[in-house]
Amino acid sequence: MSWGATGLVVRFGSTAALAGVDLTIEPGRIHAVIGGDGSGKTTLLRALAEAIPVDGGSVRRPGPGRIGYVSIGGGLFPDLTVDENLDFVARVYGLSAWRDRAGELLHRAGLAAVGGRPAGVLSGGQQRKLAGILALLPEPELLVLDEVTTGVDPRSRMEIWRLVMVAAAAGSAVVVATAYLDEAERAGHVVLLHEGRVLAFGSPQSIVDAVTGTVEDVATPADPDLAWRRGAQWRQWRPAGSPAAGGRLRLEDAAIISELLAERVPRP
Amino acid sequence: MQAMIVKEFRQMRRDRRTMALMFVVPVLMLAVFGYAARFDVARIPTAVVGSPSPEVLRALGPAFDVVRRQPSGDEAAARRLLRDSKAHVVLVAGGPPPAVLIDGTELFSAQSALRHLGGLPDTRVDVLYNANLSTAAVMVPSITGFILLFVGLFITGLGVVREREQGTLEQFAVTPLRPADVIVGKIVPYFVIAFLNLVIATLAGLWLFGVPFRGSVVLFAAFGLVFLFTVLGFGVLVSTASRTQGEAVQLAILVILPQVMVSGMFFPLQAMPAGIRWIASVMPLTYYIVGMRSVLLKAAPFAALRFPLAVLVVMAVAVFALSVLRFRRELAPAGGA
Repeated sequence: MSWGATGLVVRFGSTAALAGVDLTIEPGRIHAVIGGDGSGKTTLLRALAEAIPVDGGSVRRPGPGRIGYVSIGGGLFPDLTVDENLDFVARVYGLSAWRDRAGELLHRAGLAAVGGRPAGVLSGGQQRKLAGILALLPEPELLVLDEVTTGVDPRSRMEIWRLVMVAAAAGSAVVVATAYLDEAERAGHVVLLHEGRVLAFGSPQSIVDAVTGTVEDVATPADPDLAWRRGAQWRQWRPAGSPAAGGRLRLEDAAIISELLAERVPRP
Repeated sequence: MQAMIVKEFRQMRRDRRTMALMFVVPVLMLAVFGYAARFDVARIPTAVVGSPSPEVLRALGPAFDVVRRQPSGDEAAARRLLRDSKAHVVLVAGGPPPAVLIDGTELFSAQSALRHLGGLPDTRVDVLYNANLSTAAVMVPSITGFILLFVGLFITGLGVVREREQGTLEQFAVTPLRPADVIVGKIVPYFVIAFLNLVIATLAGLWLFGVPFRGSVVLFAAFGLVFLFTVLGFGVLVSTASRTQGEAVQLAILVILPQVMVSGMFFPLQAMPAGIRWIASVMPLTYYIVGMRSVLLKAAPFAALRFPLAVLVVMAVAVFALSVLRFRRELAPAGGA
């Protein structure tokens, strides 16, 4: 059974945060939702998780209690210890024999030694990992994670992704919003959002392959409107060029080019 | 520095609630409390039992506002009138000499009555329920109401808003918990703690200040529980109207302050003009204080307390239902169960 949305519309006042989003989410796969600030990533995830009402279209999601959700910056009770947070989730979901699974998840995330500490005193990365574990504990059919790796050090990011992959391997359909496009490259599917619409959907490679023109590293961009930084270099896009000449394109290049194109095309 | 001042003014202009708290509320409070804050009761609600001579009635003086006449009746009937809060003073003209019974739980009426009784010679004067006009006896039942109001509004309101700030409230919508589970689960601990507070505060009042507990424990519990429901409802309402804990505190102050000032806790209702008394009549604390003082000090029976208890029940149901509806909308955004 796949989950997702059809013609999904969410409005905040007169602003359409989502303006007709179609999306299919497959079990056992990781779907990375990417896009610039204000593109609708968080709104899409909240709608999928049933945390906000929708104004149009439909959402296909598992029944109550079969969704794991970590909101931006949320997902745990800072006053409770790590063990008490896990105990609360286990009680809410009516889980039995959950301690071994929780222990294994804590171990994978490098949190095995902090069970007795209040969640609020953990580092930012540890808190994000704990929030992920709490969402994973009931083995949800749909796992929705909103920027769980933002502001987290590279090692913790790796550990969070390990947890995400464990969930997908166990059959969960995973949706992860992320600001890091190198992370999104690890996902089976990428959803590129722009101004509340899906600009591109597919495997990271298919999104890269769809790019037209060439991209090359330059010291000084010839056309700054079509260039962006990578490290000390600039990446310069030439829309009329031949793809083969551009060297290896990354998802980041493809996403930026898609957004540049979308901004050039007048909205219907 | 100029940049800082400009920034601060701009922020203040956007924060309408703080602006209201700074400008509208003080003016409103000054107007309301200027009238409400009076200790001297100029017109003491008085009942006359029996048929006193015109001279006796004249000697009573203008301070005594005769609100009830019971031509046939004895002192027992007069005591019932006081117990049931039908009057603050009763003149009993059954036999010579005439007797004046004063309700000691109406502290300021009683003091005023004692001052104005000089015109009645050869009269027996009895102060009932609070013979030495102890302030503690009158204040302790009121203070318990204030404690419940405080716990209910601040602790509950902040507890719910904190969950919203932490992002955990939003997550409850995703769990198998139904909105009712979340609301009841959230409120029960506060309910238990607040009720324990009520019991401890009352026991402390009994032991430390010698306040009597003359009435029914059941009625005491009934007033406590119904009032608690109302204030917890207010707490949840405050939380649904606040995005941050700071906003919740501001709103809670706006709810608590008028109740404390015009509910009869400090200033006698009898001394307030009709407009202010009307405000008092929509405040739950007013009815709680009447009920608790009557239970503790006067041993008033259920029949005498039906009205304040019924008003509190109606308020509790209305406030609680409204708060649950608003909270539920947040917990089940998609309209699910």
